[in-house]
Amino acid sequence: MRNSFNLDGKVVLITGAASGIGAKCVEVMAQCGAKVMATDIDEQQGLKTVAEFKTQGLDVVFCQHDASSSDDWDKAIAATLAQFNRLDILVNNAGIYIGGTLLENNLEQLRLLNKINIESIFLGMKAAATVMKPGGNGGSIINLSSVAGLIGVSGHSAYGATKGAARLYSKHAAVEFAQLGYGIRVNSVHPGVIDTEMGGQVFQDLVDIGLASSFGEAKNIVIGMTPLGRLGKSEDIASMIAFLSSDAASFITGGEFVVDGGLTAA
Amino acid sequence: MRLTNKIALITGGASGIGEAMCLRFAQEGATVIVADIAKEQGLTLAQNINQQGGKALFIKLDVSQQSQWQVAINQIVKQYGQLDILVNNAGIAIPGTVEDCTLADWQRTQLVNSDAVFIGTQIAIKTMKAAGGSIINVSSIEGIIGEPKAAAYNASKGAVRIFSKSAALHCAQSGYNIRVNSLHPGYVATPLIANAVASMPESDALEFQQRVLANIPMARMAQSSEIASAALFLASDDASYMTGSELIIDGGYTAH
Repeated sequence: MRNSFNLDGKVVLITGAASGIGAKCVEVMAQCGAKVMATDIDEQQGLKTVAEFKTQGLDVVFCQHDASSSDDWDKAIAATLAQFNRLDILVNNAGIYIGGTLLENNLEQLRLLNKINIESIFLGMKAAATVMKPGGNGGSIINLSSVAGLIGVSGHSAYGATKGAARLYSKHAAVEFAQLGYGIRVNSVHPGVIDTEMGGQVFQDLVDIGLASSFGEAKNIVIGMTPLGRLGKSEDIASMIAFLSSDAASFITGGEFVVDGGLTAA
Repeated sequence: MRLTNKIALITGGASGIGEAMCLRFAQEGATVIVADIAKEQGLTLAQNINQQGGKALFIKLDVSQQSQWQVAINQIVKQYGQLDILVNNAGIAIPGTVEDCTLADWQRTQLVNSDAVFIGTQIAIKTMKAAGGSIINVSSIEGIIGEPKAAAYNASKGAVRIFSKSAALHCAQSGYNIRVNSLHPGYVATPLIANAVASMPESDALEFQQRVLANIPMARMAQSSEIASAALFLASDDASYMTGSELIIDGGYTAH
């Protein structure tokens, strides 16, 4: 058999697609045969990333998109339908990390995290399900949570609160969409610490709150806590997302998928 | 093809979920060892796979017998030189609440569903140590949530879930490059479920079926192929950063 997690003919919208896990999702899912609408708030980086994928012959289009803006969701969905005529898969990947201890955090930080990490998921699930439902084709929605949505981590309280919300928000949507017969599956993915720009922010934060003396030490602490002895790679997460998107996962909904090198098993 | 050149041993491989896994893994290029106590069915399946251009071998294996595991592994290593993937899939379900489950039924359930997973995982780790591999232990959503009519089964599947994490951590910390994960199917349309329901009193069976279907948000049971594709993901290099983790395929059952 060819590609086991085939996405031929599927149309995917991926937020936060200019870099990191989002960009890798664009690449992997397009390689699996999907047509991809890659969106990001950062137009310059987004266009650059998409241009590289296009030179590889991948079917990818960029749309500038603030995932926390309702108007921008209308725009991104309209662009997707105009370009590809349908939407089958949504990857709510856009998100930010703000560290600091709970005593250092302020309300503005918490609200910003909620806006980017949770309001975006609400708007995205609502916009996507509205399109996926009436066509009768159903669909698959994947929301990026984190291991910080499962366990407590110093410096992660505000971020972790949004990721815990993403986890349970996915289950509520999954059950509701299934019971109401929408044919839309919803799952959450929980990466460990991934070797991306955001991963670097996590190491710096460990230094800032006094749990590591240097960036290098912080990185070594995290690697030491990870049973597989390495950071995750973007493709480790992208391959899980591609699997969950595909028909290979047709009975999987409301699930949480931990890809963390064993971090939370210990 | 995701499993080219891989040697995969699948216990309980002759029927149900195991059969679907054998077919899927073979399609993906693996050489499949169909291990089962059901000789006729297992031989027929291996023959079918070979006729369709796949590679398969049947080995008769009672997973609860340590000596038979050793014989099976010896044969695999002798014939293929390696073992890359083990799916501990063989299992039994004897219905019974905590009040009506006999000690004999309890022990029989632990022997096949839990002891055998320990034996298989241990021997596979010994075999895979040098070159690495992926071990998939088939638990169940019954290893996560309670089912009043399946006390022994619940206990055995809960054991598989947490034992897999322990083995995963050991392998990772030892630098073996062996990943161990658990797979948690919900209700699947298989002989195991059908037989368990058939052995219940009629009123119990009806109540069970109605309650189960009403409790699956997707309002249907899984097909075996839907469990096989999840096992394929865990077996493949796509899951190379996953260990000690759980993969639930239940149509939303445990999400609500």
